Amino acid sequence: MAGLGMGGGGGSSSSLGRCSHAVVRALPESLCQHALRREKGTEVDFARAEREHQLYVGVLKGKLGLQVLELPADESLPDCVFVEDVAVVCEETALLTRPGAPSRRKEVDAMKKALESLNLNIVEMTDENATLDGGDVLFTGREFFVGLSKRTNQRGAEILADTFKDYAVSTVTVYDSLHLKSFCSMAGPNLIAIGSTEAAQKALKTMQQMSDHRYDKLTVPDDAAANCVYLNIPGKGHVLLHRAPEEYPESAKVFEKLKDHMLIPIANTEMEKVDGLLTCCSVFINKTSEL
Amino acid sequence: MTTEVGPETEVKKESEQLGADAAKEKPEETTESQENIKSEKTLSEEAHGSPSSPALASQSSPSSQKKEKDLSEGKGISRFIPPWLKKQKSYSLVEPKDEAKKKVVEEGQAVEKSECQLPEEVAQPEGNLEKATAESQQEAKADDKEEEKHSVSSADTQPAKEDSKETEVEKVSEEQEEKQKVEGKRETKEVQTTEIKMEKAPKKIKTVQCKVMLLDGTEYSCDLEKRAKGQVLFDKVCGQLNLLEKDYFGLLFRDNSDQKNWLDSSKEIKRQIRSLPWLFTFNVKFYPPDPSQLTEDITRYFLCLQLRQDIASGRLPCSFVTHALLGSYTLQAELGDYDPEEHNNDYISEFQFAPSQSKEMEEKVVELHKTHRGLTPAQADSHFLENAKRLSMYGVDLHHAKDSEGVDIMLGVCANGLLIYKDRLRINRFAWPKILKISYKRSNFYIKVRPAELEQFESTIGFKLPNHRAAKRLWKVCVEHHAFYRLVSPEQPPKAKFLTLGSKFRYSGRTQAQTRQASNLIDRPAPYFERTSSKRVSRSLDGAPVGITDQSLLRDFSATTVGPAGDVVFDSEAVDQAKLKDGERRDEDGSPTKTPQLELTQDEKDLDKTQDDLLKHQASISELKRNFMESTPEPRPNEWEKRRITPLSLQTQGSSHETLNVVEEKKQAEVGIEETVVIDEINRGKMQAVTDAGETRKVEHLSKKDSSSSSDSSSSSESEDELVGEYQPHHRVTEDIIREEQEENEDAKGKKECATKIIQSVETLQEGSKVKVTVEHTQVTAKALAQKNAVAIETGEKNVMEEGKQDPREENEEEQLKINGDVSHVDIDVASQIICCSEPPVVKTEMVTISDATQRTEISTKEVPIVQTETKTITYESPQFDGSAGGDAGVLLSAQTITSESVSTTTTTHITKTVKGGVSETRIEKRIVITGDADIDHDQALAQAIKEAKEQHPDMSVTRVVVHKETELAEEGEE
Repeated sequence: MAGLGMGGGGGSSSSLGRCSHAVVRALPESLCQHALRREKGTEVDFARAEREHQLYVGVLKGKLGLQVLELPADESLPDCVFVEDVAVVCEETALLTRPGAPSRRKEVDAMKKALESLNLNIVEMTDENATLDGGDVLFTGREFFVGLSKRTNQRGAEILADTFKDYAVSTVTVYDSLHLKSFCSMAGPNLIAIGSTEAAQKALKTMQQMSDHRYDKLTVPDDAAANCVYLNIPGKGHVLLHRAPEEYPESAKVFEKLKDHMLIPIANTEMEKVDGLLTCCSVFINKTSEL
Repeated sequence: MTTEVGPETEVKKESEQLGADAAKEKPEETTESQENIKSEKTLSEEAHGSPSSPALASQSSPSSQKKEKDLSEGKGISRFIPPWLKKQKSYSLVEPKDEAKKKVVEEGQAVEKSECQLPEEVAQPEGNLEKATAESQQEAKADDKEEEKHSVSSADTQPAKEDSKETEVEKVSEEQEEKQKVEGKRETKEVQTTEIKMEKAPKKIKTVQCKVMLLDGTEYSCDLEKRAKGQVLFDKVCGQLNLLEKDYFGLLFRDNSDQKNWLDSSKEIKRQIRSLPWLFTFNVKFYPPDPSQLTEDITRYFLCLQLRQDIASGRLPCSFVTHALLGSYTLQAELGDYDPEEHNNDYISEFQFAPSQSKEMEEKVVELHKTHRGLTPAQADSHFLENAKRLSMYGVDLHHAKDSEGVDIMLGVCANGLLIYKDRLRINRFAWPKILKISYKRSNFYIKVRPAELEQFESTIGFKLPNHRAAKRLWKVCVEHHAFYRLVSPEQPPKAKFLTLGSKFRYSGRTQAQTRQASNLIDRPAPYFERTSSKRVSRSLDGAPVGITDQSLLRDFSATTVGPAGDVVFDSEAVDQAKLKDGERRDEDGSPTKTPQLELTQDEKDLDKTQDDLLKHQASISELKRNFMESTPEPRPNEWEKRRITPLSLQTQGSSHETLNVVEEKKQAEVGIEETVVIDEINRGKMQAVTDAGETRKVEHLSKKDSSSSSDSSSSSESEDELVGEYQPHHRVTEDIIREEQEENEDAKGKKECATKIIQSVETLQEGSKVKVTVEHTQVTAKALAQKNAVAIETGEKNVMEEGKQDPREENEEEQLKINGDVSHVDIDVASQIICCSEPPVVKTEMVTISDATQRTEISTKEVPIVQTETKTITYESPQFDGSAGGDAGVLLSAQTITSESVSTTTTTHITKTVKGGVSETRIEKRIVITGDADIDHDQALAQAIKEAKEQHPDMSVTRVVVHKETELAEEGEE
């Protein structure tokens, strides 16, 4: 609550992406064989996956100067690297979710400890009828969109709305994708990166209709590439982690048109095999020195 | 009282006139009315010059002074007059408007003068009273320096009279202002009648004590004339609060079911609250999306107070952090900088920052309070608002409802549109620009939405509200929000008419754009005001004072529910009007089948922005009069004008010619029950008509090849109006379906045969005991048509032959004529149309003409003739109907409603044309509503109405007379 008028009440979009801390988790070897995946495909190259992840964390830590809390992997939780799904943090409040996949529910425990250590107001989703994956939650800085998917249900969205009362929480039905953020994400304040598939475009339309605010959109050819990580780091300005040109060349070209952003291409080929995208692997928190 | 005012320098022209008039009047105790009128006019004219009410007041003051002088002789007498008289005067003084300052100043300088200021307005009316009285009163004014205090104290009859008159005068003046044109004669009439009536029933005029809970938790009480309008009270309250930017605020009252209703400032309070206690809550009605754009700190302060209530009560949900932050700004604003010595740990627990506030939250509040050091109260308020305005539920007015599947949802009305919530989740949103039409029927609320990008058709979405009242409340709130936030500046002249209209209801007030403009003109030093501790507020919350109590998320905020019975019906009409305004009407619905209603959407014009409701009403009234008296072309869409052939003048009812205006007087009296009743009747009528039409058609079919069927009538005003004296609530509704008509015509041509059916119904409604008489005339004029056809044929041919396109127009014009109520003309016109149809050569045009309504038209043409039911009826009745109607394939070509009014009667004429297959049918239904006190001879009025109707439609016969009595009790009842 450092700044006057900025602390509470529906913070402005300009605070989007502000962060001081990040929580990540190492990937267990069990990921290769047991991580949940929508489609069977090529096997995950664990070594490569690990390298990619280390690179990712390295960017956050080294290049961006965030304080990164690295949680240890848990072999019994093959999906534990995807921390995004177990916590939604907005300002001073963290909602610990109840992941839609029962096998992932225990992932929450480690996250809870981490967030407690950061002194956040923690809300736990205890309702057994509720499910929510953080991957279905898109926070635009002004409001939330929650994808209703196989992993997230209405009740879960309601609890999120109860937790973050300052903000409008609109629901968007997700078809053909794992999560809402499987084809979109914030690429800047007021800028939504969106994939080109029909499902993605339809979801965007829904979001546009539901919002009192008009967002700019950044359409990229590949849905998976539309999942990027936008951060606003003091001293660095707009930072965007996006998929590498080797993976999605056409989409990368689109990102490269963002002149105001510090663009950081990141390869994520292995994790994507098990439906993991860039946002999946971190939870960002903005702690001010005061607190 | 000498007429010479000249000597006095201070007096302005207008004031002089006023004074003069007043002087004259006094001598003639009998016919003051005219005089009054004059004076009123003057006032109004003056008003013209000065847009703002204050100006009025100031101007008036001089005149009053004059009067005083004139009256000075009488002072001696005045002494003997009872104190209440004096008080009354004071009331009048105060009344004029919130301009306390001016008054004070003037008073200071010259007591007499100052006191008189406003009174002059009163004085004119006073003419009626005895000189002595007037004089005494004035003197009394002089005597009382404390006038303001007494402001409304008048408790007796005479004073009451005066007050009422005053009010009227004001209205008139305002109205005139608005119009800019003074239609003296008509207005005069009105005024006269009104006043006379008032005088007749002086007993009714009493004063009532009113209590208003203010935002700081204090209670303001004052005496009001019993028949005062909401505006009077609202102005008083704003005056008390020293609030100029008042358009964001309103007065609430709770009905028996504990629902909050907005007091309509244009209507009498009494009619709105009925038997409820005169207990109101002053609240924010329209939350400014950007409070920083408010001009005065005092306005922001009141908004803060409202929001603190909203937050503490839970109506405005916010997070822990936000609660703490807002709380800290509240402390800063009310206590100033944090002072460790003065502000111990307990200081904070006396405040309520949240519905439930923990120690933790209080600690956080204190922690944040410390960081606000140096902020002035006004700055703290600004910070408070900057944060509060971002809350997602800021300014959202929630209403419980169910969706089409019966699932509980909430409808939230806000500045940007309509939000749909399920639990706390937003599941849909309809921005105002997306909404074409808003309507309600019974307990259903509908929105018609623009087609999405790739779609071609509009969709109508229905919601089920708990009851009719709730639906209406929601509808009103939508109408008002749309008008306030979306309409920049409604076009005055054309709108003036429509302003009032909405079948029942339209936002009467300034739009946000207007109020901002007005705010920019505020030129006064920042007023001093004390910030009351919110501690009090919280307490009051606990005590659940009126208006403060909240119910969960639900903020009921609805405008006055009490609507005229006919609301529903009117809605449709209103819609049409809206269309007219836009000129786009056709675009939207080619389908008559759809429920007609207000179309808020596209046209920002349609809704009015008039500042004062009164003004609007008056304006509409005057316009009406104008219309039928002069038979001048009304401001309509161009299409109308083009088509209009000859202006028809309706004498009695003064219906606007081609224009179909329905003037409604709404009374609160008409509550649900009545409404239902009325509707039912209407429906029956329609049904019957339909049936008849159907039969007729058949017959004709058999005999002839085709027939044109017209059917349907829309019920118009159910208006059970207020006492005669009050014209205020006049709603005009017009339904024009030009295109449809065209289509019809063409179709008709194609078919060659037509049957015309005219049904008239006359209804009489009386107030005290309301009697509704419905007379229906049903006639099939086949014969007449034949003859007429011959005559008309020539014209028709010409038209057709020469100008393919124009034909439709002309035909339309003809139809319009019919509408006007001239039967003969109408018939002829019809004939012409028919003729066209009959003439084979012409026929070719048919297909071409069909434009928007194309689909339907085509269908109708091609398909087997189906009796087209009254679409309208359907609409009003139930949603299901629409579907069925569509199924029928019948096409409602046009539905028009014309309303005219005289002193005590309102006549509504509905003309519906339906085409099915090749059959077109025209049905005219007239409804006459007689409203009045016991003073009115209902029988006579009815007889007169019928007589007039017959005169207008010689061919018609009265087939049905329905007498409907409405008592107040009945009115109150509702679902």
